[in-house]
This record gives sequence, structure tokens and C-alpha cells, in this order.
Amino acid sequence: MNADELLAAYEQMALIRRTEKAAQDLFLAGLVKGTTHLAAGQEAVAVGAHLALRPDDYVFATYRGHHHAIARGATPEECLAELMSRATGLCQAKGGSMHLTKAQNGMLGSYAIVGSHLPMACGAAWSAKLRGTDQVAVAFFGDGATNIGAFHEAMNLAAVWQLAVIFVCENNLYMEYTPIGTVTSVANPAADRAPANNIPAEVIDGNDVEVVRDAVARAVERARGGKGPTVIEAQTYRHYGHSRTDPAKYRPAEEVERWLEHDPLDIARARLEALDVAPDAVAEADARAAKIVTDAVEAAKAAPEPALATAMTDVWADGGAAWRS
Amino acid sequence: MAELTYRAAVAEGIAREMRRDPTVVCLGEDIGAAEGVFKTTVGLFEEFGPQRVWDTPISEQAIVGAAMGAAMTGIRPVAEIMFSDFLACCWDYLANEIPKVRYMTGGQVTVPLVIRTANGGGLGFGAQHSQAVENWAFAVPGLKVVAPSTPADVVGLMASAIRSDDPVVLFEHKALLASTGPAPPPDHVVPLGEAATVRDGGDITLVALASTVPTALAAADVLAAEDEIEAEVIDLRCLVPLDMTAVLHSVGRTSRLIIVEENPFQGGWGGTIASIVADEGFELLDAPIRRVAGENVPLPFADILEKHVLPSTERVVAAARALVGY
Repeated sequence: MNADELLAAYEQMALIRRTEKAAQDLFLAGLVKGTTHLAAGQEAVAVGAHLALRPDDYVFATYRGHHHAIARGATPEECLAELMSRATGLCQAKGGSMHLTKAQNGMLGSYAIVGSHLPMACGAAWSAKLRGTDQVAVAFFGDGATNIGAFHEAMNLAAVWQLAVIFVCENNLYMEYTPIGTVTSVANPAADRAPANNIPAEVIDGNDVEVVRDAVARAVERARGGKGPTVIEAQTYRHYGHSRTDPAKYRPAEEVERWLEHDPLDIARARLEALDVAPDAVAEADARAAKIVTDAVEAAKAAPEPALATAMTDVWADGGAAWRS
Repeated sequence: MAELTYRAAVAEGIAREMRRDPTVVCLGEDIGAAEGVFKTTVGLFEEFGPQRVWDTPISEQAIVGAAMGAAMTGIRPVAEIMFSDFLACCWDYLANEIPKVRYMTGGQVTVPLVIRTANGGGLGFGAQHSQAVENWAFAVPGLKVVAPSTPADVVGLMASAIRSDDPVVLFEHKALLASTGPAPPPDHVVPLGEAATVRDGGDITLVALASTVPTALAAADVLAAEDEIEAEVIDLRCLVPLDMTAVLHSVGRTSRLIIVEENPFQGGWGGTIASIVADEGFELLDAPIRRVAGENVPLPFADILEKHVLPSTERVVAAARALVGY
């Protein structure tokens, strides 16, 4: 990446980091209900992958998906308003933190049943094949998803049908509260399963936005060239617990410390310095991100609650919910 | 008029839509060159080829999940789940994903797909290949639920199901596959949510669906011949949308209601119909509402045992006699 590209990527990651911090603060202030699964620490996966995709490609994410929604063009205001149950939310306050979706940008949803969206991504890639386009579909998922049936069914189908789908595992070392290694038969839970399905795989540093961008670009090139699916296992780490009630005390202190020293924003910042980008330019990027998020919080706080009538809309394509005469 | 089997009507209904709309694509196990284990996709692979008719692995989650992803991106998939019992293998998609994604995204996406599946008992396939599970789908807000009883309705409802912008689960009844009926005219479309009154009568209303339509009609014949009781038989054709107008109108004329359903009494769809009639049609009734449903047991293997636990003409006749004499 040249300096401009990297600075833009850094700013996007900073925007996500600050949005996640705001989500946490709003939760503690009682303004976000339910639960949240924050992606702070995993920003490079979303931003790096997005840089290798076209606007007409498809993205499917999980309940830990704020970073993918923002990387794909959802604004912090839309996201935070959704978390705060406001009418201006990304999903009109009918989805919540776990279901952020920006369909008009090809971000086709965040799914909270582990692994369920991998077959959907296969379907979107199959659709592209049927329609004769060279769009690709990307499924982002956690390490925990690699032990569920839908993961294995999707990998086989993608390989058999040679689908333009990219499976990106965000391996943050823990399936909820349990170390993934203690419940998985192989060292690399996604990548080591790929050869059994005749799918190429690579394990990468998921905290280096450039590494992610390059790996996804290679997979995209294969996919658009009709060479089928790829598995990318991006090693990363979440800064918060699994969900908002989880202090993550099961993680050894030295492990946390090691990963905090390998932070995606720090890595990008050091590289910007090496590229002779002025510290002021980085500080300005941080300030822009901070202002966007501060403004987003205020706008979301000021936004109205959803109209009660919307509870009974959009079950069906005609906008209604009628089930009987 | 030319006759058509219910089995051939399935393939005919799909083929008509595939000719009309190039975005209609089929996927499922053994549906291509093998033409389906129930021979309900005969001719499709030959006419439309492997780009429109896709054989899949035995991967129900991948089948229905891929159908969902394709439906969200410009295709109208028709996915086959071979036996409706196997819906349990991909129930996440029917319960959590397909019916909810439009709602939970604030209307950002539509999911125009059809899941077709062979449903019901009567063929002696035992507990894991014989269940009538239309009540499973009926329990999920966000799914349209269709279950035709005649070949013409198979074609007409298939057209509506495939053209629907909403997800539709279409139950094809295994015990009806060999039955025959008049072939429908070209462009035959039966709207979703319109019940059919398939026999007029003023003494009692029999509400039926799929396999229980012939059961109810046979019972009506016995009641007319032996008891001078004229039963009106309503074929619901769909559970969602549910044509309660037709049911309440009929009960208004007969004042007696029997619901004949193959799925188990426990949690069966007839309970919802009974509750609506009890609520909105209480003053129309001259007798209690009776449900003739499957027993609350797994389906047994032996023919005489299976027949014993499924709704039968005899049970409908006995229930009707009791209600008319109430």
C-alpha cells in the first residue's frame, strides 16, 4: 500500500475502534440494551478485506459484525442508532447489534446462528455464476464456526460447484469462553480443514491490514478467474470479552499483553511512520474519526424511537405481516 | 379433458415457471439426471440442463442456505428437500434465517424461494420418512405454507409459490403422488391463500388439507349415502395465508365444524383454526368443534398400525355423526 492508501485504511480502522468503544460506553450508560459482541482488535480483517473487494461483491458476517458493516459503508451513526433502538438505525431498530446489514452495499447481513451464513455466501456466489457475473461472495466467521455442520457442508459445496466464495475465518483463539484449541482436532481450525475439501488455504496475520488485503486479493483473483473457493484464516484477537457481560478473565494476562502489543492500529501507524507520513496527518485522521463517532452518538441519542406500527411491517415482501383473512 | 398425475404435475408446474422466467433454478438431491426419487422432476434436467437443474450432495443446510443466498441476489431457487422429515436437518434456515432476514434487516432484502418437500404418511416408510410436518412450518412467522391436494392445484400453486417474493414451503403429499386429475389449462395460477370449496353441503363443514381432502370427500359420500348428512368440504390449499373467511363463511351456513389434519393433534394446525372459530364464530356454532388429527405418536411401520393412527374416513364419519346428533 502506498502512504495514502494506508492512511485511509488506518482512518477506517480508527473509526471502527472508536465506534466499538462508543458502543461499550453506551451500553454501560444503559443506552444500549440486549447484548453486543465488539470487534475492537479485529478491525484489520474487515478493512483489509474490503479493500480487495468491488462494490458489487457480497459480504456475509456474524453477530460480531460491526466492523464489517462499517467497512462496507454503514455509518457509525446508523450502527449506533440501531444499537440504541432508534428509528434511524441501520435496520430500523428491528435487528440490533447482532444483525447489522447494509444490503445496498452488498453487505447482506450479520447472522447470529453460528455458521449459518456460510451456505448463504455459497448461494450468493452460485447466483453470480448463474447470472454470468464475476462477483465474489465473502463469508467472515469466527473460529468457533469451524466445528459446526454448516461450515463443512458449505466448504464441500463451494469446492464441488467451484464457487467464487472466500471463507475468511477470524481466529481470535476463543469460541466464546473456551480456547478453540481445546475443542478442535487441528491446530488451524479453518485452514487445516480446507485440504480435505480440496480448497487452498492460507494462515495470515489478521492484524496487519496490508497482509489481509493482499491475501484476500489473491483469493479474489482466483475466484473471479473461475478457480473456485479459498479459505483464509486470519489470526487476530478481540480486545473485549465475547459479549458485553464477559470480562474475559479466562485469557492469560501475558497472552492479552502480547496481542495488545500487536494491535492493528499500532501496526498501521508504525508503517505510516516508516513511509514518512507526518505525525500530524495521522493525528488528523484520528481526530476525524473521533468527531464522526462523537457526532454519531449525539445524533443517535437525539433520534426518535421507532413507531410502534413498524413492529408489524416487513414480514412479507409487500411490506405487511398479514397471515390470514 | 386430459388427465395428469399429481407426480407429473409437480414437474409440469416447475417446468412452466422455468420456461417463463430464466431466473428460476432448481437444486436438490437426485433431482437432475435421476429425475428425483419420487419422479417429481422428470424431464427438467433434459429440458433445462445442468445450468438450471443442480444435483447437490446430501447437505440439507447447504441446499437451503445456498437457496437463501441465491434468492437474496436475483435468483428464484426451487430447492427440494427429499422427505419433509429431513427439514429437521436444515431447520435453522426455516426457523431462524429465511423467515426472519427481511424483518430483522428492516426490509432491506427479499427471499423469493420455494422449498418443496415430500410430506406425510400412508406409504409405510416408518417413523423417519412418513411424518406430516406442515405444522412445523405453520409455527414460524414469515413462511408461506402451501399443500395442494390435486394435480391442477399443484401446477397452479407452484406457479404462485415460485412467483411469490416471499419464501414458500410447498408440501407435496407422498400418498397423493399417484393420484390423477384433470390437467390444468396453460397459465393456470392459483393464488396463495384462497381455499376451495370442493363439495357443497349445508349440514357440517369439513376443513381439510392435502391428503385429508380425499379423506373428507370419502367421508362426505358415506354421510350422504347412509345418514342423509350433507357435508361441505373445504380444501384450504394453504396454511399461510390462511383463508379463514372461507372457513367462517361455511360454518355460518352449517354451524358445525370438523377439522381433518394429518399432522399430530398435539400442535397441529387445526388448533389454530379451532381457536379462531371459537373466538370469532362462537355464535355460529351449534356443536363443539372437533379435530380429527394424527395421533400423538411417531408413525409406526406396519400398515395396519399406520392406518390406525392417521385420520381415516371412519373417524371423520363417526365425528360428523356425533356432531350432527349433538
